[in-house]
Amino acid sequence: MITILGVPMQALFGQLLLGLINGSFYAILSLGLAIIFGLLNIINFTHGAQYMMGAFVAWMLLNYAGLGYWWALILAPIIVGLFGVILERLLIARLYKLDHLYGLLLTFGLALIIQGLFRNEYGVSGLPYAIPSELSGGQRLPFMFLPNYRGWVVVASLVVCIATWLVIEKTKLGAYLRAATENPTLVQAFGVNVPLLLTLTYGFGVALAAFAGVLAAPVYSVNPNMGADIIIVVFAVVVIGGMGSILGSIVTGFTLGLIEGLTKVFYPEASSTVIFVIMVLVLLVKPAGLFGRTA
Amino acid sequence: MLTRLLLATALGALAAGTALAQTPVKIGVLNDRSGVYADLSGEGSVVAARMAVEDFKAADKGLKVEIVSADHQNKPDVGASLARQWYDRDGVDAIFDVPTSSVALAVAQVSREKNKAFIDSGAGTADLTGPQCAPTTVHWTYDTVALANGTGSAMVKRGGDTWYFLTADYAFGQALQRDTTAVVTKNGGKVVGSVKTPFPTSDFSSFLLQAQASKAKVIGLANAGGDTINAIKQAAEFGITEGGQALAGLLIFSSDVHALTPKVAQGLVFTEPFYWDLNDGTRAFSDRFAKLSGGKKPTAVQAGVYASVLHYLKAVEALKESGDGTKVVAKMKELPTDDPLFGKGTIRPDGRKIHDMYLFEVKKPGESKNPWDLYKTLATIPAAEAFRPLNEGNCPLVAKN
Repeated sequence: MITILGVPMQALFGQLLLGLINGSFYAILSLGLAIIFGLLNIINFTHGAQYMMGAFVAWMLLNYAGLGYWWALILAPIIVGLFGVILERLLIARLYKLDHLYGLLLTFGLALIIQGLFRNEYGVSGLPYAIPSELSGGQRLPFMFLPNYRGWVVVASLVVCIATWLVIEKTKLGAYLRAATENPTLVQAFGVNVPLLLTLTYGFGVALAAFAGVLAAPVYSVNPNMGADIIIVVFAVVVIGGMGSILGSIVTGFTLGLIEGLTKVFYPEASSTVIFVIMVLVLLVKPAGLFGRTA
Repeated sequence: MLTRLLLATALGALAAGTALAQTPVKIGVLNDRSGVYADLSGEGSVVAARMAVEDFKAADKGLKVEIVSADHQNKPDVGASLARQWYDRDGVDAIFDVPTSSVALAVAQVSREKNKAFIDSGAGTADLTGPQCAPTTVHWTYDTVALANGTGSAMVKRGGDTWYFLTADYAFGQALQRDTTAVVTKNGGKVVGSVKTPFPTSDFSSFLLQAQASKAKVIGLANAGGDTINAIKQAAEFGITEGGQALAGLLIFSSDVHALTPKVAQGLVFTEPFYWDLNDGTRAFSDRFAKLSGGKKPTAVQAGVYASVLHYLKAVEALKESGDGTKVVAKMKELPTDDPLFGKGTIRPDGRKIHDMYLFEVKKPGESKNPWDLYKTLATIPAAEAFRPLNEGNCPLVAKN
């Protein structure tokens, strides 16, 4: 058997695939963050809490309304997205003229409050959420056992990421968005309702987080801290990709998932820190991130 | 006589009364209130401590007990500085619970230095009564050696003679792996590999795949709380048990199994000193506890806090003082323990509390009648066999004797 640094080739393939799956979560979450930062200039620290809310709403839909996974996949992002819209209108919209720091403090505080409320109500052990029956079981690939659900996660997140990218890069709405990022005053002068655009963008970014939350519910423990654990990593992903860069966040999300996966094989103890080491290195060489524009 | 009776009643009513020579006792419950161990300890441990004070009828016995609590966030530095602050500034006499071994070891050091009683329920590391034992430490509920003894030898006897460990990368995980390895090899088994996982971890798939590739018959989960839940949930997803490998949860609490549901956790074998449905005593306590905690049944850790506070108060009552930690702990070791949850027992010179342990198996979904009907008892491990023999722990307190 061919081995690389003592690890069989086949095992390595399996690990790379798993890395890609984790990368899917990073990609969707960092995409939402990048869109929000790109357009609103808000560093959305509530993103992790909104991801967690996505998973909890899926659980609530199942337990209180009897609606299963597929409904949750559509409804949870809408519900949490609406919550985001309200948040933006009530609070965040008041901060656009101020320094980044205020947005960061506000969203960080909100995240703590939301997590605290959920923790108070549901505890930290988590809630059970089963894999939908259509996707249970798995495929025995030559190099590993791939649960069907994990395959679905990669496909779903790729589709969502590419669709979002296409909308932003190739449609008229996307053109407005990009223009408004560049120069909001000028775009407003052309008769585009920029505040509405901002609200909807925030809602959409939040909906992406909730979508990732629903995807995560069957495989990770649905608990109030699930967002806090992942959000710091996702921020590192966004910084590496370049703050506000859409393509950058998608590509870096998947790539860092792969790198983290490899670390888990060769030096597992470092797997929780490797992304931050890369972040430091990237910032030393390219302070604006891999795909970012230097101001 | 009548006046004395009247006085006693008045004192009982006025818990804050200062009239007669009441012994003030300040108890600190220090644990995880927001992280992965918050459900197995957390507010539930405070509730248990309050129940113990109530059941002891402390006010009638001349003790004025006050309970404070704090969140150590599973960080040794935070835990140690909270302990210091409590002892130096707030007049706390004894610290209880303290899950997370790394924090417990730090708090044990501070308590020894300040000569205050430290009665641990939540932490696992057997080092607390081993090389790091102290005249001020009592380790109540369980430890890594007892867990390893129970689950390790049971699994080997069932044919699981090759092991692979998923180990939480900190003091507790390492101690658990070390102690289980000793038991497995002693029983004729072999450890074929292990992987250290960062604490906490949400995605175990990569580590599970490595465990799968090792072809070991048993995958030992040397972790706890949220880590264990994620690992078991994902092991089911990756078809680990269907592939013929068995999972051994080296530290499982009822709150974990409740969160996983029997559907995911069925068949899991593990060791614990307490289950709410063991006997009339545990059931009565657990029903009262559930009423005060939104329907949740107590975990072994919370039961340990109840029983240890009860015994601590007995010692303080006998001494009529609570300030000198060494004296109080010596009294606790001298008095036999007796409570409805762990039965009769003793505390050894090294600080280890001795009681029976149980080997449990998670029920199948069909056998479980309600969300908290989780375990069936496979075996009772007698107190004498459950824990590490007194002379094998390298505890300096024992060596001197």
